[in-house]
Amino acid sequence: MLVRIGLDSVDKLFSSIPEPNRLKKLLNLPAAKSEPELLAYFEEKSQKNNYNQYLSFLGGGAYDHFIPAVVDYLSSRGEFLSPYTPYQPEISQGTLQVIFEFQTLICQLTGLEIANASLYDGATGAAEAVLMAHRAKEKNRLLVASTVNPQYRQVIYTYGKNLGLEIIELPCDQQGRVEPKGLEAALNQETAVLLCQSPNYFGVIEDIKSLAEAVHQKGAMLAVVISEPLSLALLETPGKLGADIVTGEGQSFGLPLSYGGPYLGFMACRKEFVRQLPGRIVGQTVDVDGRRGFVLTLSTREQHIRREKATSNICTNEGHCALRATIYLETLGRKGLKELAWFNAQKAAYAREQLTTTPGVKSKFSGEVFNEFVLEFPQSFEDINQKLKARGILGGIGLKDFPGLDNCALVTVTEKHSQEKIDLYARTLKEVLR
Amino acid sequence: MTKVSREPLIFEISSAGKTAFKLPALDVPEKKDLLAGVPLRTDIENFPEVSEPEIARHFTRLSQTNYCVDIGIYPLGSCTMKYNPKINEKIASLPGLTQTHPLAPEELVQGNLELMKMLEKLLLEITGLEAITLQPAAGAHGELTGMMLIRAYHQAQGNPRKYVLIPDSAHGTNPSSAHICGYTVKEIKSNERGTVSVEDLTRLMDEDVAALMLTNPNTLGVFESDICQIADIVHSRGGFLYMDGANLNALAGITRPGDLKVDVMHLNLHKTFSTPHGGGGPGAGPVAVKKILEPFLPVPVIEEKNGVYHLNYNRPQSIGRVRSFYGQFLVAVKALAYILNLGPAGLKEMAETAVLNSNYLRKNLEGLYELKYDTPTLHECVFSDKYQKDYGVTNLDISKRLLDYGLHPPTMSFPLIVHGALMIEPTETESRRDLDLFIEAMKAIAREAKENPELLRTAPHITYVRRLDEVLAARNPVLRWEK
Repeated sequence: MLVRIGLDSVDKLFSSIPEPNRLKKLLNLPAAKSEPELLAYFEEKSQKNNYNQYLSFLGGGAYDHFIPAVVDYLSSRGEFLSPYTPYQPEISQGTLQVIFEFQTLICQLTGLEIANASLYDGATGAAEAVLMAHRAKEKNRLLVASTVNPQYRQVIYTYGKNLGLEIIELPCDQQGRVEPKGLEAALNQETAVLLCQSPNYFGVIEDIKSLAEAVHQKGAMLAVVISEPLSLALLETPGKLGADIVTGEGQSFGLPLSYGGPYLGFMACRKEFVRQLPGRIVGQTVDVDGRRGFVLTLSTREQHIRREKATSNICTNEGHCALRATIYLETLGRKGLKELAWFNAQKAAYAREQLTTTPGVKSKFSGEVFNEFVLEFPQSFEDINQKLKARGILGGIGLKDFPGLDNCALVTVTEKHSQEKIDLYARTLKEVLR
Repeated sequence: MTKVSREPLIFEISSAGKTAFKLPALDVPEKKDLLAGVPLRTDIENFPEVSEPEIARHFTRLSQTNYCVDIGIYPLGSCTMKYNPKINEKIASLPGLTQTHPLAPEELVQGNLELMKMLEKLLLEITGLEAITLQPAAGAHGELTGMMLIRAYHQAQGNPRKYVLIPDSAHGTNPSSAHICGYTVKEIKSNERGTVSVEDLTRLMDEDVAALMLTNPNTLGVFESDICQIADIVHSRGGFLYMDGANLNALAGITRPGDLKVDVMHLNLHKTFSTPHGGGGPGAGPVAVKKILEPFLPVPVIEEKNGVYHLNYNRPQSIGRVRSFYGQFLVAVKALAYILNLGPAGLKEMAETAVLNSNYLRKNLEGLYELKYDTPTLHECVFSDKYQKDYGVTNLDISKRLLDYGLHPPTMSFPLIVHGALMIEPTETESRRDLDLFIEAMKAIAREAKENPELLRTAPHITYVRRLDEVLAARNPVLRWEK
């Protein structure tokens, strides 16, 4: 091939790189590993993780749900794993149709009219949602409930501070919901949006209808972020209750915990805001023979056309994660997903009941929950946590970063927690607090 | 036109009562009145109801309508669509990795932290930079993070500055990322070689400019030979040199951005480091920086002391978080596996072969297609449709005809400085035979453009669907199925 090019050495291919800038020796990297050595190396490291040996009640934005075999099996096909973004629709109908189905499923779950092809994760979804409202309303004041996942709020601040946006956090009440008085005080004509989470970081289901009415009266938008999207199968849809944007984390739908990534952001909105929606969107059309087909569409919102005037800088998103979610949702189906959500709620209710039979342990908030809840313990949760851990249990996420919640923890229960496991936690807690 | 059976939407084959999944029975006492105080939905209206065989066939059939790297060459310029080694998928599905909760106590996930730290170390060696974050979820997210670091630094000096300079050959994410970081973009003209005009840069660079965003090699595949001089000009006015690492595949093991006076860059693990693109993600866009920007990196940062790994959140100057948790962990794992598999010599050979393959394609297509810039190129080259325009054939027609030959077309949407661009990046994983198949098809198409241009204008002819009406899709948006 070199001969064909007319060169006598590979080095000459790099003659445009000034000689002094070229490396004179090999990089200082570990020696090449063969496939068996590679596997052994990673097996050894993965076994240094002891997390699996514990009975875990951790959630708070990442949920351990059962994944049907068909999800792993079908999603690992090379035809789904190894294509690029579907820029050539004629040879990408598989990817495009899957995204079209994904958009439909997200609309059905959120009760909204339009959904995009995915975003990075729930946290960036929350940030994109408030930026979208800021663009749509041309207003700089953003209200964010303090009950939104703290990581999501941090990402909103990181994005917002460079754009001169005013971000105001709203307090929560005894029920663990956005305090109506606080909202009323903060809402004014300059407000672009209220972002709340439901179920919120404390597991409590927000009164979306009242929040929507309050913000709409002032001409602002309501954005709802969802970290546990399984709740959408059971609770009335945020769209029907008045939300204008629903965004969230789709990890619960067929993605393993994976130490935090890759995950799946999703976003849906009312039709009137479609031109402000960030990210890829797939639309239906026909080919020259009149056959149905799917294409990336409305791309005049996007960076590759609009450059600095785009609605977002997002390019590569989470296509394969959206594929997994689509297979998962279609496998569980209309009845299965609803039943799964109901079971999660039942098990969480049972766990809350059992754990609060221990003297001194009580529910912190009175609001209704889905599959997570906050417990208040008679002493610092950090101490209790250490003792539980010594007995093989990870009892929840400590909330010491929240003022007044030093003794509290967020406990999450899914279908993977059998009655036996929940009872074991309750028994062990009694032992630890004795 | 071939007769291919059309795969319906899942909603169209749904029928009441079917399911593909059985839950175990509820093993706690059921409270019928649970959640009575909040509004519930009675049904997920029109959600699919299908059996497992129907699911399996639906997705298998859909998969068969996709082109992918496992089928053949995917020469999308600046996308680096190389083969994805299968062992990396197996490694990334080890239960010890996939089943770990991101908020697990550090002492229970030491293996994860060690792997991430290892990848950080190797990427710093490859880039010649001094500190790094793995948190950004994709290339554009890395760009945004990099610009935020620059802004935070300037802000700490009392003035965030106003402008970011970007060459006219840049990818669309560059101006968009700078804009979302609160900057106004000023465009720098390319010179007759297709590289940054040093005169234009000198004219535009002042104390209001926060940074220059440079892709190197640029989107023409041309190495910015003046990069050290460019860096000096930017630095002399207190600005930073940001490098878009989309094209690092040409440089790994050959030269290091840090040695070229680059201050901050992002890497695309889903390009250079072979993690599969998944039909549009997940990617990962780690950002590497010079020491001076380290205090501003997103939280947390991974630290190691005596073999124990720790996540440090106490970083007062940090820009904060750009994503939840620690980034695209499993993508990072695959990239690490890739680098460890190649080793130092393999990594260098990767870049050499990528550049060799690109130059072989270029040599064989020269004369048939116009090369607007005849500057030597590295890993990719940009032809145009100028010669074919004489017959009324555009780059779109050429691309669509390639589909009939069973091949994926090049990038067409940029660089904006080449009208009718055909940006070709073969990568190192193509054999000479695969390159020749592509060359032969391009030759045949150049011939067809002369002899039978209509064949191109109406292409593709034998694909699952033919040319799709994108105008209709945008004008009358149907973005979801409805009953």
